[in-house]
Amino acid sequence: MLMKSMLISEFIIERNLDRCIVCRACERQCGFDAHQYDPEDDVMVSIDENCVGCQRCSYICPTNAITIRRNPTEFQPHAQWDANTIHNIMKQAETGGMLLAGMGNDRPYPIYWDHLLLNASQVTNPSIDPLREPMELRTYLGRKPDRVEIEETDGKPRLKTKLYPLVEIETPILFAAMSYGALSYNVCRSLAQAAQEFGTLFNTGEGGLHEKLYQYGDHAIVQVASGRFGVDEEYLNTGAIIEIKIGQGAKPGIGGHLPGEKVLADIARTHIYSIEDLRQLIFALKEATDYRKPISVKIAAVHNVASIASGIVHAGADIVAIDGFRGATGAAPVVIRNNVGLPIELALAAVDQRLRDEGVRNNVSLIVSGSIRNSADVIKAIALGADAVYIGTAALIAIGCHLCQKCHTGKCSWGIATQDPYKTRRVNPEIATRRLVNLLQAWSREITDTLGGMGINSIESLKGNRLHLRGVGLNQVELDILGVKHAGESL
Amino acid sequence: MNKSITIDAHGLPFVKLNREIKRAIAEGVTHISLLNVNGQRYIGDGLRGKLRITINGIPGNDLAAFMNGPEIVVYGNAQDCIANTMKKGRIIIHGNVGDLLGYAMRGGEVFVKGNVGYRAGIHMKACDKQIPVIVVGGTAADFFGEYMAGGIIILLGLNRQHNEPIAGDYTGTGMHGGIIYLRAEVPKEHLGKEVQIMKIEQQDKAILKKYIKKFAQEFGFDPDKILEAEFTKLLPMGKRPYGQKYAY
Repeated sequence: MLMKSMLISEFIIERNLDRCIVCRACERQCGFDAHQYDPEDDVMVSIDENCVGCQRCSYICPTNAITIRRNPTEFQPHAQWDANTIHNIMKQAETGGMLLAGMGNDRPYPIYWDHLLLNASQVTNPSIDPLREPMELRTYLGRKPDRVEIEETDGKPRLKTKLYPLVEIETPILFAAMSYGALSYNVCRSLAQAAQEFGTLFNTGEGGLHEKLYQYGDHAIVQVASGRFGVDEEYLNTGAIIEIKIGQGAKPGIGGHLPGEKVLADIARTHIYSIEDLRQLIFALKEATDYRKPISVKIAAVHNVASIASGIVHAGADIVAIDGFRGATGAAPVVIRNNVGLPIELALAAVDQRLRDEGVRNNVSLIVSGSIRNSADVIKAIALGADAVYIGTAALIAIGCHLCQKCHTGKCSWGIATQDPYKTRRVNPEIATRRLVNLLQAWSREITDTLGGMGINSIESLKGNRLHLRGVGLNQVELDILGVKHAGESL
Repeated sequence: MNKSITIDAHGLPFVKLNREIKRAIAEGVTHISLLNVNGQRYIGDGLRGKLRITINGIPGNDLAAFMNGPEIVVYGNAQDCIANTMKKGRIIIHGNVGDLLGYAMRGGEVFVKGNVGYRAGIHMKACDKQIPVIVVGGTAADFFGEYMAGGIIILLGLNRQHNEPIAGDYTGTGMHGGIIYLRAEVPKEHLGKEVQIMKIEQQDKAILKKYIKKFAQEFGFDPDKILEAEFTKLLPMGKRPYGQKYAY
């Protein structure tokens, strides 16, 4: 049965015909067929309803003839039934399917980072000039011993305590789990190369490691998820850290939704049923790699996250990675992406406090992710108790992502979230690597300067130091969970 | 030169037992005989290369997990998650096994003389010439071949009582690749909704003959007698069982 779609175009393509030279670059570049050539009149035609607003055409147009705007057509204003809600109902009435989207939750929930303020030194304690003094952002990921014993042999001190395996990173910022498959090879290579160059780590995601990227193994966190894509003994032994993926913030409790052969809904439900099962897998991985690598367990931040994290620590993990409800994805059902989980700020504070209360905080490193947008978010995360953060969306934006949220279609016009060889060439790995390294450098410099202003010369001294944070515009429950005083309150 | 060693596993926790095994391998041992194994986990976990381990007793969970090459023979029953994500090698079990046999197995062969528990062959996968194979002499519990993405599972039901079903309910649920052969007719209501019953063809007969011969050789059966019976083949309906679930 044919029916005329009632969907209204989300964007309008404005083409300045005085400037357009009909070079057809926009037509070739658009992954969604929003530009087409009309040979009869020798003009370019816009198909507004196909436009996803990614701005690729206006970036590429040699005469700046294209402007993409949101469609100004307004529905009758209604506080309850906004345009987005109406659009989604129309789409579902036409297809009968669950709505899918890429990237993270786009709804206007509170952002707690923006309600936290940092401290600085004045009069009573000196600030530190990072241009003159050594500043330390180096971080070690993995389990730390309860105490360190030193013995003296032949007059020289020697570490008596046997350390657990630790991985050194030069800045507390890691690239988040993003699979080859969700992303193009060029993007994965850029992330790997940038991680190596800057001295940090990238994360393979659950899609395995491309054979050409095994050379970056020392800078890889290799993921093992229930689907076990690309997992074998060599893969496990290649990575610096092995991460068991239980869940991700964009879609807690469910599995993969990539197009084509990777559409395997419900796979995430296949294995882990209990902490005992998790312990079994942690030790299967430790046995397979001779206890030489830290094992991380990544979970989505959900309601009882503190108890869950505690269980993970007691199950033998060396790192707990927590992904907040704003964490992005290559594809997730919109209903889950937008409504399930917890803000990472609250989850982090709750987990750090719980592990301290149990006296096991040193047994693991905490890595958090899900909406880290800038260096201030990193600093606040560390003050709340994180050892390091994962950045995914920010890294992709650095490469060229314009957040059109259509990753799940595999048609990405920027050549990032696609496998189409014509499009993947659009990301030049050398340039993308440079942009990623620049981002890491810029944020690290900002962190150093901010630490200096606080009178701290090592990121280690900021870790879990919530006295350096004050809340603004938060109620008492929120302040209690975050473990911070309100702005204006003294010690 | 084949160097052999015998390790008495009595009272050894798994960490110590597996460390002993690895120490022996590092010294060039190629045949390890384990005695009195009683539930120790992770035996053969992540081991590679040419190596033969014989196990007397009952190995624990995750036997041969991530294994890449060796052969393991178990004289007894085995527990859960055998051959978890195994890449290469052979496992021969002279008994029954627990749940999740061959979970995400991506290569190699497993032969089980007796029965298998729930979710055997779950999410097995194949790539190019790397095709994992499981042959089970007895029966299987529910969710046999669940989410299967590749490889071959052959279920023989040799020890079945009259009218006893060869596999439990929901066989092949979520299957989207690979082949399941059952040495029996299966009622449709025992199958997951993503699989279909297909006729045995010439190429299937060649596959069955090849692996049943190996199975029979390991456990002392007559392969021709096993092959006399009628087989059923299960294939996935499509490669994207959930393709219609979403609006793009």
